[in-house]
Amino acid sequence: MADQNQGKAVQTTGHAWDGDLQEFNNPLPRWWLWTFYATVVFAVIYWIWYPAWPIASSFTKGIGSVTYQANGEEVTTHWNTRAELIEEMQTGSETLKQQEYMKKVAAASYAQIESDPEMSGFMRSTAKVLFADNCAACHGIGGAPLKLGLYPNLGDDAWLWGGSTEQIEQTIRAGRNGFMPAFGEVLSDEQVEQVASYVLSLSGSSADMAKAEAGKAIFQGKEGGCYYCHTESGKGMHSQGAANLTDQIWTVADVPGAVDDAGKLEAVKKVIRGGIQRQMPAWSGRLDDTEIKLLTAYVNSLGG
Amino acid sequence: MNDSDNQSDLYAARTHIYPRSVSGRFRRLKWGVLALAYGVYFLLPWLHWEREAGGDQAVLFDLVGRKFYLFDLVVHPQDIFWLAGLLMIAAYLLFFVTGLAGRVFCGYFCFQTLWTDVYILIERLVQGERPARIRLAKAPWGPAKIVKLGLTHLLWLLVAFMTGLTFVLYWGNAPELVQQFFTGQAPFAAYATTLFLTTTTYVMAGIAREQVCTYMCPYARFQAVMFDKDTLIVSYDAQRGEGDKGRSKLGKTLKTKEARTEAGVGDCIDCGYCVQVCPTGIDIRNGLQIQCISCALCVDACDTIMDSMGWERGLVGYTSQRKEDTGVQARWLRPKVIGYAAVLVVAIGLLGWSVSHQVPFDMTVAQERQPIYVRLSDGRIQNSYEVKLNNKTNKTLTLRFRAEGLPEGADLDFGQFTEISLRPEQRLRLAAKVRAMPKEFDGHSHPFYLIVEPQNAPELQPFKAQSVFYVPEK
Repeated sequence: MADQNQGKAVQTTGHAWDGDLQEFNNPLPRWWLWTFYATVVFAVIYWIWYPAWPIASSFTKGIGSVTYQANGEEVTTHWNTRAELIEEMQTGSETLKQQEYMKKVAAASYAQIESDPEMSGFMRSTAKVLFADNCAACHGIGGAPLKLGLYPNLGDDAWLWGGSTEQIEQTIRAGRNGFMPAFGEVLSDEQVEQVASYVLSLSGSSADMAKAEAGKAIFQGKEGGCYYCHTESGKGMHSQGAANLTDQIWTVADVPGAVDDAGKLEAVKKVIRGGIQRQMPAWSGRLDDTEIKLLTAYVNSLGG
Repeated sequence: MNDSDNQSDLYAARTHIYPRSVSGRFRRLKWGVLALAYGVYFLLPWLHWEREAGGDQAVLFDLVGRKFYLFDLVVHPQDIFWLAGLLMIAAYLLFFVTGLAGRVFCGYFCFQTLWTDVYILIERLVQGERPARIRLAKAPWGPAKIVKLGLTHLLWLLVAFMTGLTFVLYWGNAPELVQQFFTGQAPFAAYATTLFLTTTTYVMAGIAREQVCTYMCPYARFQAVMFDKDTLIVSYDAQRGEGDKGRSKLGKTLKTKEARTEAGVGDCIDCGYCVQVCPTGIDIRNGLQIQCISCALCVDACDTIMDSMGWERGLVGYTSQRKEDTGVQARWLRPKVIGYAAVLVVAIGLLGWSVSHQVPFDMTVAQERQPIYVRLSDGRIQNSYEVKLNNKTNKTLTLRFRAEGLPEGADLDFGQFTEISLRPEQRLRLAAKVRAMPKEFDGHSHPFYLIVEPQNAPELQPFKAQSVFYVPEK
């Protein structure tokens, strides 16, 4: 075809206007034309396979389909990106990898998780998300509540209900009921101040020693009866969730936040007068065993 | 219609080229380059390389694992700027060589040239030499023509397919990938890439050929910028070839040099061999043209003729504009060439230094900001950190940690881990805690270094990462 055209003038369509106005006939190159036809064929296949044409309030669904699991049942729907995402989240290679690791964690003991750097890394990154979804509303991201006194800080080394993995798991599973009676009506204002002075002295804060001595009698005696839960040494009882009063950590009374000794005293007095009513809900119905295990290991790793 | 001639030039259909085969020193050189290039390209994916981690293929571009393995070198994503260095070196090498010796890349090393060469070889082996191919093309369709053309295209497709498949093998484990490929289990990308490269190879080397060099290749357009009067070009010595009265065929009376000089004609016997061997279909005797890829096959062709005549070689040969114009030999050392060479040396040096000083592993220490600190029961302050480690060597490292710059009594705690074993290419995230009494710090945040010491690799320096120990103001 090529050789014959050489040297010849370009063809016209044969149409002439005004005598000499002519139209050149320079058709598209053939490969170009065929590419155009190919795009037409592509478009037709696309229309048939995918949702394509709007029809009033509906649209053509296409013959492509996606199958995924929903509530234990297999659902097949016309192809759409949302269904494809759900399918990917259930059967994608990353999902399968994660599920496999979940099984590995479920079979491991807490000691194994903590001593294996890969497993503990997986635990931290997975549990961080679980923690943010379920726990952070009260305990704060990373275990540190925004305001002292509302909920325990999980990042420190004081455990009201015990810091072993068994105790932490129990706490998450069944929840806890933290209760200290209000002494505001049982004890006089002076007695409250005396007990508060004694409590402050237990952890080494400066306090009026005479008042503290009087407060000790109330604390250890029948009148206050504080030792029932906080024990005679003031170190508290995990079984009751009673705080250790001899350390530097205050989960309810805002002693570290007080500007002077009077402020510290007032913070402790407030707790003694009003008591404590705190509840941690049970999570066993909402999270599965592996999730609780991951959270337990994570919370355990947060605390010193 | 005065324009119609120009128009028909513009829209002229392509004339098919049937290059004749030739032998000579440049042809041998080109076969040598081709054998080397094909050997490297087709065999490299199959070269075995012992490595502790990351596949046993000498050259492997592992996109999924985000690592490129080049013999003993492992290129990580953060080393991607090496690619910029490599491209710069390639560009300046091209500028340097082009400035010095013209289109050396086009004629000898360009894959378009190499693959076209093989395609023309196949064409010749199946259909015969140039006249036979022209005859076959003109012949009416029949069994012989169908078989010959069919076989040619089949072999072309086979070479194209091998080319495509081999390219894919660089991105995965070659033996496994080939098996997967033919059992239908290879990734979609492998099939798509193979199909794409098979098609482009077949179209470019089999059908488009010199049109790639003439119309598509940008290098053909900008190479002129690097040329000067001293650059080597393939050229026809018109003075010697044409004489006073032009070139002339041998005829009966013009067989000797003396007779030709007497008749006023030059040494060119107008045999047309140089035109017939040209893969881009030009006549070198018309002077330097954009289509010329400097493959020097016309030099071989003319040398063959001159040898047979017993005349001096070099009627068509490598020369320079300066030599042609003034007869003075081209200068090799020119400011431009020296400039290109200097940049090239610097770029190679920098890349070499960077590659040889590759950091053997990464460590980053990120302080946990929520909470930024925690007060412990004994009054100490605790900060938490996330430590990310990435072993980029190809041996298992045993690592120990210590902190530098913390006051006495501060305590660095890695939980259960006193020593970490890090496999090659393994990445780990560890949690670390630092505890200290606040009074040691004067109420100020305190910068410190976390140092990781490889225990089993004395050649590796301890690696330092800086972080901060935050202390509340009271």
